[in-house]
Amino acid sequence: MTEDKSAPFSGSIMVVGGGISGLTTALEAAEVGYEVFIVEKNPYLGGRVAQLNQYFPKLCPPTCGLEINFRRIKDNPNIKFFTLAEVEKVSGGPGNYSVTLKLNPRYVNENCTGCGACAEACQTELPSEFNFGLNKTKGAYLPHEMAFPSRYVISPQIIGTEDAKRCQEACQYNAVDLEMKAKTIELNVGSMVWATGWEPYDAAKIDNLGFGRYPNIITNMMLERLAAPNGPTKGQILRPSDDKAPESIAFVQCAGSRDENHLPYCSYICCMASLKHATYIRARYPEAKIYIFYIDMRTPGYRYEKFYQNIKEDKNVFFIKGKVAEVQESADNRQITVVAENAVTGEKIRQAVDLVVLATGMQPTAAKNKLPAGELKYTEDGFIINDMERGGMFGAGCANKPADVVSSNQNATGMALKAIQTLVRR
Amino acid sequence: MDKKYGVYICTGCGIGDALDIKSLSDIAADEGLSCQTHPFLCSQEGVALLKSDISEKGVNTLMIAACSRRVNYDVFRFDGCIVDRINIREGVVWSHGRSEFPALTEEEKADEDKFDRVQMMAEDYLRMGMARTEKVKLPEPYQLENFTKKILVIGGGVTGMSAALDAAKCGYEVTIVEKEAQLGGNVAEWRRQLPVAAPYETLIPTVVDGKIKAVEAAANITVKTETEVARIAGEPGNFTVTLKNVGEKTEFDVPFPLPPEMKVDEKGKELDVDALLVKYKAYNEGKKDILQFDPNGEKFGAVVLAAGWRPYEAKDGEFAHLGLGQTPDVVTNYQFEQIAAKGKIVRPSDGKEAKSVVFVQSPGSGDDADFAYTGAVTSMVALKQAKYVCDDYADGKAYVFYQHMRTPGLSENFYKSMQQTPGIFLTKGEVTGVSKNGSTLAVAASNTLLGENIQVNADMVVLATGMVPVTVDDPVVNLAYRQGPGFRDNAIFNGYADSNFICFPYETQRTGIYAAGAIRRSMTVEESVEDATGAALKAIQCIESVNRGVAVHPRSGDMTFPDFFFQRCTQCKRCTEECPFGALDDDEKGTPKPNPARCRRCGTCMGACPERIIGFADYNVDSIGSMVKSIKVPSADEYSDPPFRILGLVCENDALPALDIAALNKLSYSADVRLIPVRCLGSVNVIWIKDALSQGMDGVFLLGCKHGDDYQCHFVKGSELASIRMKKIGEALQSLALENERVAQFEVAIDEYDKLPKMINDFVEMVEGLGPNPFKGF
Repeated sequence: MTEDKSAPFSGSIMVVGGGISGLTTALEAAEVGYEVFIVEKNPYLGGRVAQLNQYFPKLCPPTCGLEINFRRIKDNPNIKFFTLAEVEKVSGGPGNYSVTLKLNPRYVNENCTGCGACAEACQTELPSEFNFGLNKTKGAYLPHEMAFPSRYVISPQIIGTEDAKRCQEACQYNAVDLEMKAKTIELNVGSMVWATGWEPYDAAKIDNLGFGRYPNIITNMMLERLAAPNGPTKGQILRPSDDKAPESIAFVQCAGSRDENHLPYCSYICCMASLKHATYIRARYPEAKIYIFYIDMRTPGYRYEKFYQNIKEDKNVFFIKGKVAEVQESADNRQITVVAENAVTGEKIRQAVDLVVLATGMQPTAAKNKLPAGELKYTEDGFIINDMERGGMFGAGCANKPADVVSSNQNATGMALKAIQTLVRR
Repeated sequence: MDKKYGVYICTGCGIGDALDIKSLSDIAADEGLSCQTHPFLCSQEGVALLKSDISEKGVNTLMIAACSRRVNYDVFRFDGCIVDRINIREGVVWSHGRSEFPALTEEEKADEDKFDRVQMMAEDYLRMGMARTEKVKLPEPYQLENFTKKILVIGGGVTGMSAALDAAKCGYEVTIVEKEAQLGGNVAEWRRQLPVAAPYETLIPTVVDGKIKAVEAAANITVKTETEVARIAGEPGNFTVTLKNVGEKTEFDVPFPLPPEMKVDEKGKELDVDALLVKYKAYNEGKKDILQFDPNGEKFGAVVLAAGWRPYEAKDGEFAHLGLGQTPDVVTNYQFEQIAAKGKIVRPSDGKEAKSVVFVQSPGSGDDADFAYTGAVTSMVALKQAKYVCDDYADGKAYVFYQHMRTPGLSENFYKSMQQTPGIFLTKGEVTGVSKNGSTLAVAASNTLLGENIQVNADMVVLATGMVPVTVDDPVVNLAYRQGPGFRDNAIFNGYADSNFICFPYETQRTGIYAAGAIRRSMTVEESVEDATGAALKAIQCIESVNRGVAVHPRSGDMTFPDFFFQRCTQCKRCTEECPFGALDDDEKGTPKPNPARCRRCGTCMGACPERIIGFADYNVDSIGSMVKSIKVPSADEYSDPPFRILGLVCENDALPALDIAALNKLSYSADVRLIPVRCLGSVNVIWIKDALSQGMDGVFLLGCKHGDDYQCHFVKGSELASIRMKKIGEALQSLALENERVAQFEVAIDEYDKLPKMINDFVEMVEGLGPNPFKGF
């Protein structure tokens, strides 16, 4: 005896954002049996975590889980996704939204076999956004090796140039379409989940920490790219000024976070991220000295605590409770001196290091530009406030609050159910 | 189905330039199969060709020799057809560039002793595809005979009620079982709770009353108080659950497996099967066997485990330096909450107003760790309870000594709000001692922000002990599963019923049963409510997947399930013991009883079975074995210097994508290896390895995920079990006078694509060093 095989109720769900939270919401809802649309602004799915080298505390590659999720998408006709897509307008209400999507041109069509001839032919080099400008990419490029969909993109910056024509001529499969235009489409959905994620806080705004002034000060997300095997240095962590192996590294915690002038909240992940980074450094440089300047080590839960305790065993990792007040560069050796006051002893600490990593926090994407949906409410800092009673629209993952990947995935799984509830109630 | 085969070779993406397509086509033609080539098979015209063959010629079994199955998955999907993707783009041409592996010159072609390694590789892969398609069938979904969509929620606290309400809102019937006389759990006994919504600044009344009212008002929620689970038997979609009064003994109480010390005799030797059975029965006397279903049991489709936590109980003298057990005025945070819930904060010793209270966050003794089982919750609880002191008394003073104030994310707002509360003093510091000082307590602390060594006089001291998941004491779910009544890996999670996967937080290794709330991590009310929603989703998703006859994550939607040929079963129990998901139960004789709805389709049982009687419609011992046998092993009769043949069995989840990425980067590896993707290394049956070696292949390697406590295997134990089996195969090899080294297993993460070529080449080189397999040519 088996009951009706269709999903219990009808209606579609739109998930805005194809990062780990958006993918989770979309997949979990689709595997119940609902039709789901994913709208992603990048040319690939995977979002912020695709840029990470490893997850804490397991030190496993994010692409491992992404690969499974991509396979779940491939195997599930309930999910349709749009890349290079943005929501322009939403009208209607819970149970009945009309969404206008803008689909930006990729200039490469479905004929693309991923052979790479266009990139070989292309001469223009542009700073790689994926790698935070640490290297350059061709004007025709695959966003990264594991990119899904595995299809090249032509940068709008080379459209109209000879270079674009070269790409077109190099393609044997008529996959390069330089005449491609942005399109607008309308979709009707019953509920929407905004998993629009986060951006690293702009370190250049933290004036006293010298980012942008001194080359040997980088951010934690840049370090992720340096450590990644598919990154700009193929996994080598080198000092930007001279490509020297750093012998000493300082991590500046709460770079922007827990600071009324920048991000007044705690960004949740940066303590664990820096501890993880200490393992990146240690794997490459067994003798390097690592200094971590912090206010509180926020390593909640047995797993994170264990990770922290393990790193404390390392005699060359020094934890200093104190907020970094300023940084100075030495003209001769480009070392950076980090100045902080030890909160416990009151003693002023000056530590010269080869490389400084700013543990910058996360800012919700909606902090800069509100999302195109009038009914959404936000905290002062741009996190979406969920109205579970009203339903219809929800923020998931780091669009809702700063969180690690585990919590984001829990949250995103729950939001799939909230989205379904909206459809059921109709 | 009557198979009608079609072979299609794409010559695009450099395939046609690198390979002799005519010779490749002849492989299929020689077997009498229709073979067509196309310069761009994934184009509209190419796909139109395939579609017309399907509709016009009745082709229903397609072999597409082109790119990896990881791409163009949608283009080459044809309903009702078997599609085999023969990976000659990433697997052959891109990973074996002609600059490194030159094609034969016309002159060399005339010389029969010369061979083209890359061409041989492509031809073998085509043969392997042909061999496989002959042996596989289209899957048909598994249908349960009885099926229910009802959901059981264990635990009637905030988490359990939330999960029930969330599922009920979607139209599902839910039963909550609660061991206490009323709903509400721990939270019901609190004065106030932490904020659950922006701006996260002030304490709020607990959400319990609202939840209880909503549960009582919900027509499709049944509440059973003073009730616990005696056993859960069966499988998702059709669990048979026996409920009982708390503490009652029933014949359907779940039997427990023998503890390890009872499985051996006085000398430490493992008992034989019959002796074990006698002992097991004695150990579980009065309890029905797991395979005997309670005729009066209730049927459920899925379960949410939300049994929560209990306060940490300090061992005798454990926190004596902090005065616990020495004076009644030193209490735990749990006890303090009970006092606060009753009214104004008063001292337990004499009932006097407690206007000065010290909160200790870390047990001290030299390190900065919090108390056990705390997470971030206890930092926030200390702030909450500090606020009680100041709420109760205008001149109240609360001192919080912490090593790390753990208020992550937006809970920082609450911390800031408490920092600004007059009367609350917060400082880093290690509390070194608590002693009596007249009628008050003297609290000594060092390394504080207020001075090196300070002393505070207090009416009370509160220790921030943690929340112990109840799974530490008891399996709670009481599964009538042969592998045992509880979740399997809680030991590596400190007793929590947690998931090992960052990406997949609801994995419990027990399909259809999902944990939520403080049972899987110390969580605030806000976090628990959110977690409950996720667990409710997973329960619903499992029910709907079972209804469709498909697997849940990670092989979501897979319609295949393991099929057993029982006539040949020797009751060795390996499948029952090794299944990572406890999908199999065996009877007294040891004959396995499959529970397909518990199964995740990894094939670990198939790999474990020495009789090779387990298989899936599209993946079985014969289908892979036939692929192995179809590989041509060149011998000295054919060539004066024949190339080696090495078999690689490759995990399709991580190693296979890594190989694709290596190919995309034009990284090359030996052209003498032949790779076969497997669902999981756990599914690798050693017969494939023996077959490969006995047909003269020179070596076999397995490529899979990292194992150990931080395992990356999506099927939990697959790579670990494979490594155990590989160790055992060494003995078999020696008996064949083959070197152990000819079989190896390598761990690779998906992002280590750059290391793969060396890994493979080193192995090939090592095997070459051993010399050719002596069985070659026999």
